[in-house]
Amino acid sequence: MSKLILTRRGLLKTGAVAGAGLAMPTVFASGAAAYTNEPKGGTVTLGFNVPQSGPYADEGADELRAYKLAVEHLNGEGDGGMLNTFSSKALKGNGILGKKVTYVTGDTQTKSDAARASAKSMIEKDGAVMITGGSSSGVAIAVQGLCQDAGVIFMAGLTHSNDTTGKDKKANGFRHFFNAYMSAAALAPVLANAYGKDRKFYMLTADYTWGWTQAASMKAFLEGAGWTMVKDVRTPLATTDFSSYIAPVMNSGADVLILNHYGGNMVNSLTNAVNFGLRDKMVNGKQFEIVVPLYSRLMAKGAGENVKGILGSTNWHWSLQDEGTKAFVKSFGTKYGFPPSQAAHTVYCQTLLYADACERAGTFNPCGVAEALEGFEFDGLGNGKTLYRADDHQCFKDVLVVRGKEKPTSEFDLLEVVEKTPVEKVRYEPDNPFFKGGSLGKCNPGA
Amino acid sequence: MDAIILQILNGLDKGSAYALIALGLTLIFGTLGVVNFAHGAIFMLGAFTAVTLDRLLNMSFVTIDPTRTNFLGQPLEVKTPYIVSWFGDSIGNGIIDWAVPLSILFSIPIMLFIGYAMERGIIKHFYHRPHADQILVTFGLAIVLQEIIKAFFGANPIPTPAPAAFRGSFDFGVWLGFPANAIIYPYWRMIYFLFSAIVISGVFAFLRFTTFGMVVRAGMADRETVGLLGIDIDKRFTIMFGIAAAVAGLAGVMYAPINSPNYHMGMDFLVLSFVVVVVGGMGSLPGAVLAGFLLGVLESFASMNEIKSILPGIDQIIIYLIAIIILLTRPRGLMGRKGVMED
Repeated sequence: MSKLILTRRGLLKTGAVAGAGLAMPTVFASGAAAYTNEPKGGTVTLGFNVPQSGPYADEGADELRAYKLAVEHLNGEGDGGMLNTFSSKALKGNGILGKKVTYVTGDTQTKSDAARASAKSMIEKDGAVMITGGSSSGVAIAVQGLCQDAGVIFMAGLTHSNDTTGKDKKANGFRHFFNAYMSAAALAPVLANAYGKDRKFYMLTADYTWGWTQAASMKAFLEGAGWTMVKDVRTPLATTDFSSYIAPVMNSGADVLILNHYGGNMVNSLTNAVNFGLRDKMVNGKQFEIVVPLYSRLMAKGAGENVKGILGSTNWHWSLQDEGTKAFVKSFGTKYGFPPSQAAHTVYCQTLLYADACERAGTFNPCGVAEALEGFEFDGLGNGKTLYRADDHQCFKDVLVVRGKEKPTSEFDLLEVVEKTPVEKVRYEPDNPFFKGGSLGKCNPGA
Repeated sequence: MDAIILQILNGLDKGSAYALIALGLTLIFGTLGVVNFAHGAIFMLGAFTAVTLDRLLNMSFVTIDPTRTNFLGQPLEVKTPYIVSWFGDSIGNGIIDWAVPLSILFSIPIMLFIGYAMERGIIKHFYHRPHADQILVTFGLAIVLQEIIKAFFGANPIPTPAPAAFRGSFDFGVWLGFPANAIIYPYWRMIYFLFSAIVISGVFAFLRFTTFGMVVRAGMADRETVGLLGIDIDKRFTIMFGIAAAVAGLAGVMYAPINSPNYHMGMDFLVLSFVVVVVGGMGSLPGAVLAGFLLGVLESFASMNEIKSILPGIDQIIIYLIAIIILLTRPRGLMGRKGVMED
């Protein structure tokens, strides 16, 4: 009788060899497929990479709701939503290129490494042909890089840093959401108009890629409008109590505070600033004002009454009255019982835009899809006429300047649209200094 | 000068939260010898008792207003809190407005019970296990509590404002003889500081002047001897765990109007509170309080632009830097006792 003798050293060796074999990325190995994860059967798999845990989980959940709705509409179920208003009529409600759309989800945890791991797993294990979603620029840039290397398309979710389609742009990555530069370009004239041309502003800035680009953009445009910057103070991302950063604002001589904070940071810094009585102060003979350049209605709820009267910008708002918005809000609201957030809107659009590009290209090959998206002009998705610029894969559309509503009629009715800044006012050249460095490179089909 | 006073106030207020949490941690460590990583989660639960009471008081019935429409164009559902329909507009809304102070009463029995249940249900099984095991189980417990709260209340922060009378700020500088508008400070933060001073004094008075407290202090000093005297010290220590939980819970309740509660707020305080305990000296209650306020004030000063321009990034590391310096010069912390965590 033979006996299996297992030694610790032997087990380790075998384990190491087996582990190395398993860990070898199948994605990068060449095979018969023309491109990564070419759909062979009757279905095509999309990978929805959203924060399902961590502080942005609610925003991620809203993105996921919108993705599920988009999948339904693509497969011909439900009321069709914005498929009915979309200017391109390539999609027929029979999936994409005749293949039924299925999806897998990953949890980004709003951490770059976790997001990359979940995207990698969806590409390698689940055969996702496209990755989309996210609620942070740090994550978007990390996942975009991974998708470029893996040879799949990345349709970014909520990411507002200039760098996503600036120095970190990639040929396989596309962004529908607007960016920090556009927010600043749209906000500055409105602020100068509302608060006067002779203002001194102080900025508190979240210390990471989005905060830096938001602060730089606000500084450039506000100084252009005649305002003077007193100081730009970086605050650690993990800060929860901003009181010690707010205190120096009070005696700095500034009469406007710009909060380059998003999500939980924004809720806390705005609450702290209002509690410190900044909005009741008169400085330099003027009423002190607070500005939040990037609003998220979903998160603004956390700041309660403190958002009232505060100006900011947003990519989209459910109260718009165009046909696309109405169709989407009706579809989403009927299914879930509340209006969608801007994060839900942008990811829904991205899914439709991807599917439409596949149809028009007649393939899922990332290079074909990218070509179909580059320079694509469309309408009917809630933002008016929009261009997916070929040079940097950034969408160009009107920008909404919003204000926290003084008398909300419901818990969703927090923001009112003050102005729709036309796209010409926020457009920039691809070689604009805020976006310089980096290049798209070549599209990578993988395989 | 006014800027310095403002940062001292900020620091005292931050330090109040650190001190209250660290006081509870030290009570638990000093009595039961357990390193409780779930203490931040207890602070968070405290804040959520305020959220819960706010929700309970806002429980509403729905009427349809056909003259107005919701976002889908359907007749608007108008929610009226029961309490408003029972007591009328002014009293009903007044009670809702005072949800946070009322939560103090609401939270004490709840937090005492949670602390008691936690100790009896889980922690007591880990008394004779290594500290590493205790850390793992309490940290795991913290994650479980966080996820339960997230499942019920979501991940977004929930606004829980102070009563209207205490919102906004007042001119503290005028009291000190400064010109108007030099030192503006929020009412609620001042109340938070005073409240924590009362709670801390209460705990010290309880330990100092009651027989129960005397026995507990004796038990902290020499558990075995107190046991040999026929006193059931374990039972008293369990109650102390409940009291420590109530202290952290109260810190959380009162913190809710300062920053909207979210499910991970406990973790933000936990690590800092441990540094506070270590700097104060393991097992030393006055040390925990002293270190809490000290680190709060130093953290505030480190965020000043004048300091940051000399030492960029100092605001992010100041607490740990001070901890290193104090532990190098006084290895037992500021007021640490000999023999604690040294065997």
